[in-house]
Amino acid sequence: MNQNFKMTSLLTYTFKNLPSTSKWALRFCVRPLSSSSQLQAAAASQTKSKKTLAKPNIRNIVVVDGVRIPFLLSGTSYKDLMPHDLARAALLGLLHQTSVPKDVVDYIVFGTVIQEVKTSNVAREAALGAGFSDKTPAHTVTMACISSNQAMTTAVGLIASGQCDVVVAGGVELMSDVPIRHSRKMRKMMLDLNKAKTLAQRLSVISKFRLNFLSPELPAVSEFSTSETMGHSADRLAAAFAISREEQDEYALRSHSLAKRAQDEGLLSDIVPFKVPGRDTVTQDNGIRPSSLDQMAKLKPAFIKPYGTVTAANSSFLTDGASAVLIMAEEKALAMGYKPKAYLRDFMYVSQDPKDQLLLGPTYATPKVLEKAGLTMNDIDAFEFHEAFSGQILANLKAMDSDWFAQNYMGRKAKVGSPPLEKFNNWGGSLSLGHPFGATGCRLVMAAANRLRKEGGQYGLVAACAAGGQGHAMIVEAYPK
Amino acid sequence: MNDSEMMLEETAVYLEETAATDAVIREPNSYICRSFTRSSVLLTRTHLNYGVKGDVAVIRINSPNSKVNTLSQELHSEFMEVMNEVWSSSQIRSAVLISTKPGCFIAGADLNMLNACTTSQEVTQISQEAQKTFEKLEKSTKPVVAAINGSCLGGGLELAISCQYRIATKDKKTVLGSPEVLLGILPGAGATQRLPKMVGIPAAFDIMLTGRGIRADRAKKMGLVDQLVEPLGPGVKPSEERTIEYLEEVAITFAKGLADKKITPKRDKGLVEKLTSYALSIPFVRQQIYKKVEEKVRKQTKGLYPAPLKIIDVVKTGIEQGSNAGYLSESQRFGELAMTKESKALMGLYRGQTQCKKNKFGAPQKEVKQLAVLGAGLMGAGIAQVSVDKGLQTILKDTTLPALGRGQQQVFKGLNDKVKKKTLTSFERDTMFSNLIGQLDYRGFEKADMVIEAVFEDLNLKHRVLKEVEAVIPDHCVFASNTSALPIGEIATVSKRPEKVIGMHYFSPVDKMQLLEIITTEKTSKDTTASAVDVGLRQGKVIIVVKDGPGFYTTRCLAPMMSEVIRILQEGVGPKKLDSLTTSFGFPVGAATLVDEVGVDVAKHVAENLSKDFGERFAGGSLEMLRQMISKGFLGRKSGKGFYIYQEGVKNKNLNSDMDSILASLKMPSQPDVSSDEDIQYRLVTRFVNEAVLCLQEGVLATPTEGDIGAVFGLGFPPCLGGPFHFVDLYGAQKIVDRLRKYEAAYGKQFTPCQLLVDHANNPNKKFYQ
Repeated sequence: MNQNFKMTSLLTYTFKNLPSTSKWALRFCVRPLSSSSQLQAAAASQTKSKKTLAKPNIRNIVVVDGVRIPFLLSGTSYKDLMPHDLARAALLGLLHQTSVPKDVVDYIVFGTVIQEVKTSNVAREAALGAGFSDKTPAHTVTMACISSNQAMTTAVGLIASGQCDVVVAGGVELMSDVPIRHSRKMRKMMLDLNKAKTLAQRLSVISKFRLNFLSPELPAVSEFSTSETMGHSADRLAAAFAISREEQDEYALRSHSLAKRAQDEGLLSDIVPFKVPGRDTVTQDNGIRPSSLDQMAKLKPAFIKPYGTVTAANSSFLTDGASAVLIMAEEKALAMGYKPKAYLRDFMYVSQDPKDQLLLGPTYATPKVLEKAGLTMNDIDAFEFHEAFSGQILANLKAMDSDWFAQNYMGRKAKVGSPPLEKFNNWGGSLSLGHPFGATGCRLVMAAANRLRKEGGQYGLVAACAAGGQGHAMIVEAYPK
Repeated sequence: MNDSEMMLEETAVYLEETAATDAVIREPNSYICRSFTRSSVLLTRTHLNYGVKGDVAVIRINSPNSKVNTLSQELHSEFMEVMNEVWSSSQIRSAVLISTKPGCFIAGADLNMLNACTTSQEVTQISQEAQKTFEKLEKSTKPVVAAINGSCLGGGLELAISCQYRIATKDKKTVLGSPEVLLGILPGAGATQRLPKMVGIPAAFDIMLTGRGIRADRAKKMGLVDQLVEPLGPGVKPSEERTIEYLEEVAITFAKGLADKKITPKRDKGLVEKLTSYALSIPFVRQQIYKKVEEKVRKQTKGLYPAPLKIIDVVKTGIEQGSNAGYLSESQRFGELAMTKESKALMGLYRGQTQCKKNKFGAPQKEVKQLAVLGAGLMGAGIAQVSVDKGLQTILKDTTLPALGRGQQQVFKGLNDKVKKKTLTSFERDTMFSNLIGQLDYRGFEKADMVIEAVFEDLNLKHRVLKEVEAVIPDHCVFASNTSALPIGEIATVSKRPEKVIGMHYFSPVDKMQLLEIITTEKTSKDTTASAVDVGLRQGKVIIVVKDGPGFYTTRCLAPMMSEVIRILQEGVGPKKLDSLTTSFGFPVGAATLVDEVGVDVAKHVAENLSKDFGERFAGGSLEMLRQMISKGFLGRKSGKGFYIYQEGVKNKNLNSDMDSILASLKMPSQPDVSSDEDIQYRLVTRFVNEAVLCLQEGVLATPTEGDIGAVFGLGFPPCLGGPFHFVDLYGAQKIVDRLRKYEAAYGKQFTPCQLLVDHANNPNKKFYQ
């Protein structure tokens, strides 16, 4: 059945993407022209107003392209699938989009957060299922909402250190199904039962059974170290930065409106359709729902009741989805005739107090990564920040704009400044497009790369917060056209 | 291991809650004045200011030059002024009452105001004024919301519960309570009348009779507060400041809601609550409750503390005879209680406790960051536990793996018990436990800032350990010895750097007993003392600093009393009778039980050593009794047998009948004129008190305060007497000297009053506390 499913989805891709094949054909024609990297660099320096971030003696690393299957509200079309099904769909989409021969892929890394226990190394299962060579190793990483960022930077590390030339990185999350376990007591009894050899032993184990053993254990929704749920923390964070309910609702509305426009204008070009077995082909995200401020104002607070400000409307929703990107050493990509979309440049991981600053990762990571790259806020043309909650985004913007915060909590002399909103998440964000925990990072990078190509800028800044009080930022540099 | 410590848990928890008042305060005056954006009225007052936001008056309390807000007469009258303006203003429809002082709403009534009163009528007067104000507040047609962040105790709570609505921050520092009972008084501004209506009779009794602090989340469940506000982290200003601002913002929305009748101050009661309140509407049920509570109080206080009984009485009067009678009774009983000796003793202890939580030696040059504890026995592990849970990096060293493992398990259990009580999360427990490193060697001692040894009470062993440690520690490292009787000076004789050697005498169980006795020798440097006090304060201890000498202060006071205990037993008074005589005098643990708890071998060891130094003043009982007990293996609780038999899981202990022959063989004739129950009690107490006063006379003690705190918190001296020095002041030095003379005539020099005591007797104006 699996085999069958794979066939159908492959067929669907071919069919659905027919119009774009011509574009591909064109690109193949162009390739020979730009095959010399020296020539390429020379051409680039002429067209660029800003310096490139290439560093001497370090390999340039590029994203050839990246895809994602549509991000869906959990409990909708993907609800009967398993995580590796989504990951496999993303891999197949990437193979199709880039036409990369499977055997040149040296390594595969995927990020995920809530692990399906049957496929704990979901990267390997998805890769095998997608028909990658069984000689291509794959591993899975986890770092909460920045898991696929970690997958990508792992790829960067493998290439920069010369271990690999071609790596596929991605991420997947399926919130429609989560591992709900038996209670510890029940598990212990079952394991003991397994060991019991005689009937008497078995009976003695069973006699210890109590009804409360049956109460299930859910995956933790709250931060392990503080026992606080993320929404609760976001509400406190918004309050700490004095962000009103109205501001949060307005920002959420902005996200949905921009996402809707991007969807309507066909800007979300990283989406590959997915024929779900037994269901219709899914072609677009289904969580984009621009509402009105009046409608949003009617919602009751979801976490701090009755007076909190974080509601279902200004939070990201539980999402199913997967994404994948093809990362290569620049010279390899060029040798293979590719025209990459972007360079992956400096990146930074940060971590801070998981209680009161759980979601402030972007604030900490942004100035550091800019400094590392020798850039300032003004140099950035496209900002792609992960939107966990409206309140979280607005708190980060305020924190980045506060000298007091920079001096007292970040040990910096002055604020880095907040990103101008006209360059910020212009095609929507996690609030509207959805947020499959393990898969968002790749979406951010591709959004930044595609925006730079479309809008004509050079540098993109990707940033995200993650559970555990961690954060990530990365500079994406447009590949010269 | 060092077992010679007292097991006086009850005393340990005693007054712990009152400490909250002081403990909750952090940075003084760190708040920043905020300007009102839309204030129409702005008058500067000393303790209060207020402004109007929309139609809500925001009244902000912040007494100047003080870490806490207290309900003084000045604050009271300013509050009335402001409220009158609120009530008369047509623009204002509701009000918010909030403190801008970090960590403190109102910590209670101004104790100086009560102390200044000389008659109960004056105190009653104060109570009635407050009652009137709060009644007006309660009847306010404009809703008033109390926004509580930090301690809300005593009069502060009474003010809060007179408001129409209460919002509290869910912060560890936000504690609500009525600690008056711990000061020997009662809540005198309406709480005895309002609390039962608000939280029900049983819960109200619990609050007022235990005086314990109630955290915000529990207060919400009880119905004492209506809403909780989560403390905030940092934003564009410090978290504490922003949290208060946020609390105010939330309170304003609720004040508006109340004025607009969108919110009702009534809360939904659960089924259990409804049933309880129904049951309590039946007079018979209520009578049973009063009876039960009174019985329990009588049993626990042995009738030595008048306040709890009066509280029951006043609550009863209010419920059964109406609130007018209740308020009248409250104010009158309040006045009477404030004049009692018990209240003066308890208030004195409270002040002393506050003083002993300060470091009068200043900040040490180098803060101790790495601590090492030698010996993972009961004491060593206890010291480690109270260190790691405050974030101190601690090495726990022993010589064998089983001994070390036992100690590590003790620390873990201590922390885990708090998890079970939900005062810690399992995650916090794990982080704290990570501060502990258990090891068998001296690795890492080169980075230690302080080493506390808690090895066996043996001078040679202590010498060996000191030399070993000095070979590995850095120059600045302090060496502290936890001993109950070995003179620190003698331990220090083998030290290369005696200025760094000090005594730190902890009491068992270390995590429960609040006292730490620090012993300085003539060579101990001031910085070493400052460092030891600093560590002790960080461990949450109440600290007395005494001079070196045999038995220091605490053990030295206890020893003559113990000698008398043996004498009394020899005279034919049974252990049970002796225990009941001592507990009915106010000691938390009976004298015979105390010997069992301390350990008969330890008691003998200490007694032998001290009688060498002090000779006939420590005479009385025959040490032969202890020797015989040891030879039969009756070492007290730890060996299962002493005066009593101890069995795991058996609560009521039985007398050890094998003791009969020992007692019979050492029997001495009793002297009828000094052997009445009262005489027996006074023979014990006067010897204790005489020795304490002698310690002050000799300069072992620097202040009477430390003497009182040490006796009450370390040895369980009856708190209702306020410690030996308060006792002399309140009971009268002359009476004590008379008693001592009488016993001296019967027994000899061990009862000879010391010179300082005689001086006080000769001059009635001389008091230890002026």
